[in-house]
Amino acid sequence: MIKHLRSAADLDAATATLILDTAAEMAALSGREVKKLPALRGRTVVNLFYEDSTRTRISFEAAAKRLSADVINFSAKGSSVSKGESLKDTALTLQAMGADAVVIRHSASGAPHRLANWVDGSVVNAGDGTHEHPTQALLDAYTMRSRLGRLDGLKVAIVGDVLHSRVARSNVLLLTTLGADVTLVGPPTLIPLDVAAALSKSTKVSYDLDSVLPDSDVVMMLRVQTERMQDSYFPSAREYSRRYGLDMPRMRKLPEHAVVMHPGPMNRGMEIAPEVADSPRSTIVEQVANGVSVRMAVLYLLLGGK
Amino acid sequence: MAQPRADAPSKIILAGSDLHRVVDRIAHQILEKTSGATGTVLLGIPTRGVPLAHRLAARIHAFEGVDVPVGSLDITLYRDDLRLQATRALGRTELPAGGIDGLRVILVDDVLFSGRSVRAALDALKDLGRPSSVQLAVLVDRGHRQLPIRADYVGKNIPTALSESVKVALTEIDGADEVKLIGGLT
Amino acid sequence: MAYLLKGVSILGAAPTDLYINDGVISAPVPDAEVIDAAGLVALPGLVDVHTHLREPGREDAETVETGSRAAALGGYTAVCAMANTSPVADTAGVVEQVWRLGREAGLVDVQPIGAVTVGLAGKQMAELGAMASSAADVRIFSDDGFCVADPKLMRRALEYVKAFDGVIAQHAEEPRLTEGAQMHEGEVSTRLGLTGWPAVAEEAIIARDVLLAEHVGSRLHVCHVSTAGSVEVLRQAKARGVRVTAEVTPHHLLLTDERAEGYDPVFKVNPPLRTRSDVEALRQALLDGVIDVVATDHAPHAVQDKECEWSYARPGMLGLETALPIVLSVFGPKWDLIADRMSIAPARIAGLDGHGGDLTKAGTPANLTLVDPSVQRVVDPAELASISRNTPYAGMTLPGRIVATFLRGEATVLDGKAVK
Repeated sequence: MIKHLRSAADLDAATATLILDTAAEMAALSGREVKKLPALRGRTVVNLFYEDSTRTRISFEAAAKRLSADVINFSAKGSSVSKGESLKDTALTLQAMGADAVVIRHSASGAPHRLANWVDGSVVNAGDGTHEHPTQALLDAYTMRSRLGRLDGLKVAIVGDVLHSRVARSNVLLLTTLGADVTLVGPPTLIPLDVAAALSKSTKVSYDLDSVLPDSDVVMMLRVQTERMQDSYFPSAREYSRRYGLDMPRMRKLPEHAVVMHPGPMNRGMEIAPEVADSPRSTIVEQVANGVSVRMAVLYLLLGGK
Repeated sequence: MAQPRADAPSKIILAGSDLHRVVDRIAHQILEKTSGATGTVLLGIPTRGVPLAHRLAARIHAFEGVDVPVGSLDITLYRDDLRLQATRALGRTELPAGGIDGLRVILVDDVLFSGRSVRAALDALKDLGRPSSVQLAVLVDRGHRQLPIRADYVGKNIPTALSESVKVALTEIDGADEVKLIGGLT
Repeated sequence: MAYLLKGVSILGAAPTDLYINDGVISAPVPDAEVIDAAGLVALPGLVDVHTHLREPGREDAETVETGSRAAALGGYTAVCAMANTSPVADTAGVVEQVWRLGREAGLVDVQPIGAVTVGLAGKQMAELGAMASSAADVRIFSDDGFCVADPKLMRRALEYVKAFDGVIAQHAEEPRLTEGAQMHEGEVSTRLGLTGWPAVAEEAIIARDVLLAEHVGSRLHVCHVSTAGSVEVLRQAKARGVRVTAEVTPHHLLLTDERAEGYDPVFKVNPPLRTRSDVEALRQALLDGVIDVVATDHAPHAVQDKECEWSYARPGMLGLETALPIVLSVFGPKWDLIADRMSIAPARIAGLDGHGGDLTKAGTPANLTLVDPSVQRVVDPAELASISRNTPYAGMTLPGRIVATFLRGEATVLDGKAVK
């Protein structure tokens, strides 16, 4: 098993599939009387969050606790971090406390890679800057597989601000590893240069959402921050929404079986219409539930053995 | 525990029809001891306990027409040696639709050895519900218990040395039915 | 003191005996201290037109003295100290302070560079004339670290320094195109999720500046050229007769952006490491003379400024002690090329008359260095004379060892060790 999960590129197809299969077993737990397994008893998992993200933190926290690990939440606010303690010094503190795993969320791309140099335990990337968010990609893949029964050959459109999206990067890497065909859709200003060469040769790019939808099994809408307007990535929220937002007429262009995903938090009315977000095709609530199972699987596989 | 080398000598203890007869006997014993297997659930411990549980259920059905619900109980996350080995993939845990509360659960495994797997199974069971009683059926008891655990139904007692190992093969998984004793002093 | 360099090879020529006396190359003199120089190559003392010595302000990263020692150990006899100190070298007072500290250290000639604009803020021209007529005799002006982005201000600066034969050394980086930039914009930056620094941000400024220099008939020097596109702009400008010179750093001649893969900020530098094809173009440009000099952009940083997240780390790399080995590893023992690009041409650009002289002529100031090209050495950061440790070459095996360096006939390095 791998030691760290810093990038979706750390996962080959066999390991990724093992995580998804393990997550399926973990998912059964939520229907049980006792929602707890003893696998990580006595292990310490630190949630080191330099960015506010309550949903991701509680998802990791629930995952670790259901596996009986001791969880320490170390949030940047109100800690020594605000006094300017370096990541390295924080890492050495966590090391001294005997952290078996550190789940890190950080605004700087690559912070998990740096952290892994300074702690003996496993490092799990819970989102770093505009780089990656591998557990989000795993839960997305899990959700697709449970809705559509497979990943191999699945046509997935990822729509929106790919340039600044850690979710998109991890999804492209993981989904192509698992055999899906990914098309990135958005205005050219928000699709990074050389994206296919950078991530996966088979990745396609389109600037026209309408032409991509009829041939998609999954459409994943990315959050678009309105402040990108100020930086001339697109002229206005209205124009963005018209060209790249998923509304009801557009959703009807999808094949019957296709699903709509969003990593959250959503800008309703911007990249996704409220009726679409709440439609039966939307997996948005499932994604949250699946997040706990997938993170349990990751923590178990990283920490469960020798 | 030291495993015998791959080229160690081996001896077949049960083959094909012998194994079938042993399974039949356990099925009969279950029927006898449980007064017709009512209120009973068979839970196989992966990997080979699961097909054994299904065989027992099939034989019970053949003998008396009783349908005994079958499930599987993965014990990986409850093992006391989890940390001593590389991370293991999980097996399936699948309870029958009626659950296990208030029922007699018979755990089914291929080999009873130290008893640690059974203890893990009992721990796992505790998190899944509250059976009225728990029994244990094994194909082979090879001795060397490390815990105060015994089986209610034993297919065959095989006295072994610690340096030996018992290998159970089942058609569903291994393509053939046999029990082999491997290694030890010759 | 007089020295006899016995059996030395001047720029790779047949072994000869070279005498140093009274600070110059001399005819044979009796009682000279004999240095066995068999197998050693003599080069004119190297001249760096782009060094950060960090004093005043960041003496925890480097001082004029430690930087001078690193320079001498690297074979240098003169370095030009960049203006981005704290306070900024934008007044006669600060440049004279740096110049005086260099004299006191006495290991290399430290020639201060003056800031173009007050506080490097790019708003108001600094007192360039006062710095030129100070004891430091400043000739190169640069806001290095920042680009003189305002075209009007750049034009005025280029014109103004003509009065005292100055030159503006531009850090070519269009600031609006590099907001938040962390590394070269391309495949690797996309993969790593680091904001890109596009090549065009450098090329656009160089294109603008060569046109401005041409328009006002001034000299322009371009710092640390890093892209193939910049090379093409410079090639065309030079063909038209524009008075432009350019430098390339050892790291841009060797390393590529793939080094960022592990997010180790020791590879973070500005301008960033580029692609393999850029590296090839820069090498060719140095061979062709489109790029005139190798300059180190020696940029020491304290440990805490590099042992952190990539985006929080300061850009820059050590360079003085590894420059010659890097150039040797890239180009091989092309001694005439090395002497020109690392000594003669930089001395000419910086107006340092005593440096880059002809070692075969008696009377030439004895600024020279002796290299043993047969030695291969593994770079060990702990062995460097710099206070800082941010070398990107740690663990690399590089050819060439500086055995001795002489500044005006006095040894600053002997047996590979600094004399003070």
